[in-house]
Amino acid sequence: MVELPPLTPQIVLGVTAIVLFGVDIVAPNTRKNGLLAGISAAGTSLAAATAVWFLAAGTGDFRFVQFDGALVVDALSLFFAFIVGSVATLVVVASYDYVREEDHLAEFYSLVILAATGMTLMASANSLVTVFVALELASLPSYALVAFLKTNRGSVEAGLKYFLIGALSSAVMAYGISLIYATTGTLLLDDIAAAVTGTELGGVLGLGIVMLAGGFAFKTASVPFHFWAPEAYEGAPAPISAFLSSASKAAGFAVAFRVFTTAFPLDAVAATAVDWSLLFVVLAVVTMTLGNFAAATQDTVKRMLAYSSIGHAGYVLMGLAALQSGATDANSFVLGASMTHLLVYGFMNTGAFLFVALAEYWDVGRTFEDYNGLATRAPVACVAMTVFMFSLAGLPVGGGFLSKYLLFAGTVQAGFAWLAAVAAINSALSLYYYSRVVKAIWIEDPSDDLTLRGTPTGLYTAVIAAGVATVVLLVAFDPVAQTAIHAAEVLFAL
Amino acid sequence: MLIEALIAVTFVSAVAVMLAPDKIAGKLAFALSLLPVAGSLWMFGQYDASGNALFEAGTLAFETTAKWITVGPYALNWHVGVDGISMPLVVLSTVLTSLAILSAWTPIQERQSQFYSLMLFMLASLLGVFTALDFFVWFVFWEFVLVPMYFLIGIWGGPRRKYAAIKFFVYTNVASLVMFIGFVALVFALDVNSFDMIAVTSALANDSFATTYGLGAETLKVVAFFAMFFGFAVKVPTVPLHTWLPDAHVQAPTPASVMLAGVLLKMGTYAMLRFNFTMLPGVARDYAVLIAIFAVVSVIYGAMLALAQQDLKRIVAYSSVSSMGYVILGLVAYNVYGLGGATFQMVAHGLISGLMFMCVGVIYNVAHTRMVGDLSGIADKMPVTAAVFVAAAFGYMGLPLMAGFAGEVFIFIGGFQATFPYAQLFTAVAMFGIVVVAGYLLFAMQRVLFGPFSADTDYDIVPAASHDTFAIVVLVLLVIVLGTAPEVFYGMIQDAVNPMVDSFPEATAVLTGGEL
Repeated sequence: MVELPPLTPQIVLGVTAIVLFGVDIVAPNTRKNGLLAGISAAGTSLAAATAVWFLAAGTGDFRFVQFDGALVVDALSLFFAFIVGSVATLVVVASYDYVREEDHLAEFYSLVILAATGMTLMASANSLVTVFVALELASLPSYALVAFLKTNRGSVEAGLKYFLIGALSSAVMAYGISLIYATTGTLLLDDIAAAVTGTELGGVLGLGIVMLAGGFAFKTASVPFHFWAPEAYEGAPAPISAFLSSASKAAGFAVAFRVFTTAFPLDAVAATAVDWSLLFVVLAVVTMTLGNFAAATQDTVKRMLAYSSIGHAGYVLMGLAALQSGATDANSFVLGASMTHLLVYGFMNTGAFLFVALAEYWDVGRTFEDYNGLATRAPVACVAMTVFMFSLAGLPVGGGFLSKYLLFAGTVQAGFAWLAAVAAINSALSLYYYSRVVKAIWIEDPSDDLTLRGTPTGLYTAVIAAGVATVVLLVAFDPVAQTAIHAAEVLFAL
Repeated sequence: MLIEALIAVTFVSAVAVMLAPDKIAGKLAFALSLLPVAGSLWMFGQYDASGNALFEAGTLAFETTAKWITVGPYALNWHVGVDGISMPLVVLSTVLTSLAILSAWTPIQERQSQFYSLMLFMLASLLGVFTALDFFVWFVFWEFVLVPMYFLIGIWGGPRRKYAAIKFFVYTNVASLVMFIGFVALVFALDVNSFDMIAVTSALANDSFATTYGLGAETLKVVAFFAMFFGFAVKVPTVPLHTWLPDAHVQAPTPASVMLAGVLLKMGTYAMLRFNFTMLPGVARDYAVLIAIFAVVSVIYGAMLALAQQDLKRIVAYSSVSSMGYVILGLVAYNVYGLGGATFQMVAHGLISGLMFMCVGVIYNVAHTRMVGDLSGIADKMPVTAAVFVAAAFGYMGLPLMAGFAGEVFIFIGGFQATFPYAQLFTAVAMFGIVVVAGYLLFAMQRVLFGPFSADTDYDIVPAASHDTFAIVVLVLLVIVLGTAPEVFYGMIQDAVNPMVDSFPEATAVLTGGEL
């Protein structure tokens, strides 16, 4: 029997992207939306399935080091490969309807798959070089995808803003990496960890760590590099907004989790260089509060979702904020809870953005008022949207309730009860703006000329699949949380 | 597995009705709702529990446990079962839902499949609330109930339905959050490894705290008690947290009002009984006077408000506030009669208030007005409805041989036997509420049903549709059956509340000292 390489999910995605290019070379002038979407969906779902299979098969504390330590495959990387793979599947299935009338379809699908490849590689990157390269592999296709509707001013403007802030934060990050290299003389995370203990250049190293954190803040749409998110998510094609706000954010967190816990263990750097958990405490509080308050004042649904996505980044940051040196069990628990929340969030947030994609497909408009009475015309999709909204708010209709509970409980256990309280207040507040959508689609009366053209198969399939996954995660929550916490344990056991 | 099957069947029925065309939705929903009725009656027949569900000494009927979430320091398990307190409420929920669906046939003409689907979805959640024995399972169902009610009011309600729906949703969600934080903080302090309500109860009984956040065990208990009491008092509702109720009731379509008054309010008193009074009897004892003040103020103030109303639905809505005050008075008395009477009153009031709302609904279906001043002497035109309405009103006043009598008598006996300070005074004042109830109901009856006929409406007053008549007649018969033979439920209720009284002898011991 042939043994699959540990990097199979990444390889599958990369090959899928090349196959898409190949198909386009063979038949450049024919419309083949279905074929391209089919290949993409097959590739992404195969990657996600492989990740699950590896996770299920590898019951021990496995850690496959690849390329002399530049990449590593462990439970964390597979967990995030699953998130990216499943979100990408939903996105390409939905895109089948969304982009069917656009040009350059092969480019669209292959850019999505290339970005997904970059995101899964981010989760595996174990050296600052591979971190940077993978991050750019994920980012560059994303810039192009945001600006994909190139005759649409909003889309192009969003792409440009995203690109400029992305370039800035990449530069900051590269500079941070150079400072870290200057202090430690290595780029491999494991070796950095060995070198930071007792370094004399604590200040330089600290600066490098903070700049690195800036790069991750960009990728995860956290304060202070969050400005691009509302613009980019609003201007981008809605499936791409879903992709960026779920998969890209998750990948950013994956790499942040690995870099900070592996390369800069708190007990080594807190005294000499910088106590980065303190930095994340501040970022978490500011990010969640800003995201929530800004979301409450929006008029358009997509922009509200963009700010809500910033708010959720703030919740997930608590996983880094609540880490403490020496508290292994509590650390694994809270970090695992963060990862669990990212997975659940991956489904419910993707679903919500894909519902917006559905609304854009129907041309109903962008504001809350434009959504009035949608449930009278499309009740099934609206049931799914209701599940997403209430689950994002933390009502127990979906997995969002449990993952938030786990995250807040983990934060309390780690001794940050006040931080959990801030998060709980934010979460309660968020019900206000999420329920506005529910109120609009179900309770308000539709305008007389509200007619929807058809039920697009791809979009419907993706929205309903995300809805089912959100609800199923309420019941089958245990294996996900177990896996995540185990992945965190493996990370801390180094 | 019977409880799971019951919930699953109801849930699947809800999905089936959602997908059914509007034309057959009502009939299909009624037919499917008979399945849970049959199931709960079968459970009632097979019922073999003894003792209280939350005490380790008790045995539960139809108990199942399964692992749900094992990560973290606290295991969350699927744990359901019924005892003498929850069994009658399960039967009440299924029967009332079935009849409420029947009463929706006439007034609900738009988006029917969604309406009936939500009714069944709410029933599935209610069954979960009354059977869950793990806090998290219970809380999931507790929140599930809100969602359909929000839509029922918001979509099919009256002119100010949006405001009423949001108000209901915000009030109850804030209350749930406060209650959730209070209870979770309490459990985090305890030396337990799960949210199982039985484990929590016994840990609290033994005072086995792992930490108290520097507050001291007693303070922590008091804080948690009042966080939960606040959460449940909104649901009951207790004055001054009742203001969402009249809006919700008046705007809600009649079948939703039936469910709201008949079952949803009982969730609040049921949860108080389970959490506040079973888990923290000491705090309940220490603050008995304060709680009794809430109870008595609800009774009197609710009745006074009812007296001032012109809208029949508002009258019934405010009288619910008043009646639920009696339940809390029975709970705080904390003796065999008080607790038993309070539980019995939950069922009795569920049936009677559901019946009252249905009668109002039947009149409204025909006359398209609910204002007392618009109608007069319609008994001649709608004899059966009028007869049932009068019977229901007498049931509300606690006429002997009606279900309300048994519950209220037990509560008053319990109140007079209670040993907290001024208990007799509180009970005597609360009894005065009965007089006010009699006053406003008789006054409304006399004007609407009797006297010379006149109707300030554009519609002909004709006898009610046969399915409406059927629903109210069945319900009034149930009220009479339960009034003449209260032991149908009272035996099992008594069996479940006795251990509570036995385990907390301080509550019934006569206080030494100078009080009263």
